[in-house]
Amino acid sequence: MSTYISGIGCISPQKTIDNSVFPAEAVNQNALFLQCIQPESYRDYINPILSRRLSKIIKMGITSALISIKDAGISNPGAIITGTGLGCVEDTEKFLMTMLDNNETLMNPTNFMQSTYNTISSQIAIILKCFNYNSTYVHRGFSFESALTDAIDLMQSTVAESALVGGIDEITENHFNVTSLLGHWRTKPQNNLELFEHKQKGTLPGEGSVFFTLTRNKQASTYCELKGIKTVYKPATMDVVAGSICALLAENKLTAHNIDLIITGMNGDQQGDAVYDEICQTMFDTKAVAGFKNLCGEYHTASAFGLWLAANILKWQEVPKISIYKGFRPNTIQNILLHNHVEGKQHSIMLLSKV
Amino acid sequence: MGKRIFVTGMGIISAIGKNIPDTFLSLSQGRSGLGRIKQIDTIHKNEILVAEVGFSNSELAAMLGITDQQGYTRTTLLALVAANEAVASAQITDMNQIPTGLISANTVGGMDKSEIYYYDYLKLKKPNSYIETHDCADSTEKLADHFGINGFISTVSTACSSAANAMLLGARLIQNGTLKRVIAGGTECLTKFHINGFNSLKILDPDPCKPFDQNRKGINLGEGAGYVILEGEEALQNPGRIICELSGWGNACEAFHQTASSPDGNGAFLAMKKALDMSGLKPADITYINAHGTGTDNNDVSEGHAIENLFAPTIPYVSSTKAFTGHTTSAAGVVESIISILGMKNRMIFPNLNFTQQIEELNFSPVSELKTNIEQKHVLSNSFGFGGNNTALIFSKF
Repeated sequence: MSTYISGIGCISPQKTIDNSVFPAEAVNQNALFLQCIQPESYRDYINPILSRRLSKIIKMGITSALISIKDAGISNPGAIITGTGLGCVEDTEKFLMTMLDNNETLMNPTNFMQSTYNTISSQIAIILKCFNYNSTYVHRGFSFESALTDAIDLMQSTVAESALVGGIDEITENHFNVTSLLGHWRTKPQNNLELFEHKQKGTLPGEGSVFFTLTRNKQASTYCELKGIKTVYKPATMDVVAGSICALLAENKLTAHNIDLIITGMNGDQQGDAVYDEICQTMFDTKAVAGFKNLCGEYHTASAFGLWLAANILKWQEVPKISIYKGFRPNTIQNILLHNHVEGKQHSIMLLSKV
Repeated sequence: MGKRIFVTGMGIISAIGKNIPDTFLSLSQGRSGLGRIKQIDTIHKNEILVAEVGFSNSELAAMLGITDQQGYTRTTLLALVAANEAVASAQITDMNQIPTGLISANTVGGMDKSEIYYYDYLKLKKPNSYIETHDCADSTEKLADHFGINGFISTVSTACSSAANAMLLGARLIQNGTLKRVIAGGTECLTKFHINGFNSLKILDPDPCKPFDQNRKGINLGEGAGYVILEGEEALQNPGRIICELSGWGNACEAFHQTASSPDGNGAFLAMKKALDMSGLKPADITYINAHGTGTDNNDVSEGHAIENLFAPTIPYVSSTKAFTGHTTSAAGVVESIISILGMKNRMIFPNLNFTQQIEELNFSPVSELKTNIEQKHVLSNSFGFGGNNTALIFSKF
């Protein structure tokens, strides 16, 4: 049974909201963390009365979801499934700080209601009046991957003809400051477009909201086929990851030779990027390699942005110059392998094909 | 119909017991876990009742043989206790003998520590071992590391239906052949954060909660963890290990309101209907429903209508066991599934405590006293979350 990506909605630190332009001019934010380019107005997507009460991530989530299903020409998806590493950070911080600052008084229930991780998937369901399957995954670098796995399974077991699947995370100033203590981030503002050129310790955090409408049948709006996905948790060696890649290829009757482009989650962190280099050298030595985190930054569901890039490359048969890391753009791009990892712990591999 | 899914192990910890035998004893003796909060310093401590696990973090760590508690949130400690029991009861000796996944559910994550240390991080720039335990996945990864699982692991968060959704994903991934065995369930500890959250929504009952009672006033929060071991038809090769069958599941979104249920219980109805349809059972085949039954004005009448709409004229035995365990939020789906299974195995219906007067809008009352010698072939457990994330699971006798 096949699964197709037939609609996309992408709000990111790039000008990705308009699906008819690819590639758009790349944006350098020259900042400590990348923030999404918001739509000029949410009015076209969300009732302004509702919108006033919603935080940025919820508005981005709803809007990109609505763009995605419109792109696919679907009004009532068979499932709504989201992945988010940290959920509604802003509402959570507001509620937590009010509690700490006022000794558990003056608490705002709206912040609490909207702090739960499933807020976005349920808000989308409320807006669409969609009573179908609905779930949310919250597992670091597996959040979006779990949502995709769930959706593919639902569609294969013929429960759903289509599924709306999203990866959403937001960064706030406080969150950046707290996570800075972990030493994962660069300490000076960075030209994100040059992220791959100066490898050092740390990377640039980002955010984004990317929704895909998956369909069981190919249609005019289809971008590509999503052939499969695998995840590996804390692999002892890179051989384990290589083994998973081979298995995914074999399940689809392909070999490394059939892959035209590797898209990796490289993020400029020396140690983390060495992992991708090792895989590419051992399995795909002669192949072109592209990256995407110079456009979106690092976050738990950044692989959704990677999938956005892969789907567009397959649809338009064009690789943005800014995304090519190694090698030359192949003439025809039939198969793409997307490999992402977060801090070396959560590895995911997706296989995409041109339709 | 898909391949059959079996429960081959169970483990639980909550205010009414640190394992399956203790839990069963409390349920059959009508012993509630409600009391004043001891482990958390909150201004509400004298106004609310909670169902707190009666062990400090150090005591839980000692039970687990953990000498260095650094980086272990209460969420994780509870998860480890319950998951250890589940794995042992399924007689698993080699975790990686067959492809095994781990799907855990959680919403408050490491908030129990974040609410203590957040300003240390933010204002004093002073990190500690809990700075990376804030998110929901931390406890799941601690479990995976403990059991040596490197394949499919994930964390579900659909608020109070989280654990039920973790179990149904596990079941489906076994059905489609992705996995052979899954440790599925959930964990949640009490935090000041969500005590204040539910309090700000004005849905906490200062007294013992009275689900399905005309005079119900709200929720008592609880904490706990539960895990089941799910396996596919290969389990039939050794049927002595099989506890019961997970024969149906249904997930539906009510799409009504972020925190309220619709008056007619449309989402609850859909979830139960889907689970029934999948199992191929008729409404009359269900002997017992462990209701979500939070004790709020809104939930119980909504869920009650849904039950009537689906099951009338013959309403199964219904009880909410939340007056025993409190509302264990993200863990509720698995805690109450295990309670339902224990009732089915022991031919008992555990009572809906504190019930005196039937809800005016409803035509049925819950079971208010322990019933024994009740043969139950199929039982249904409901779990509903914020945002209308509703899930029903059906367990069948094997």
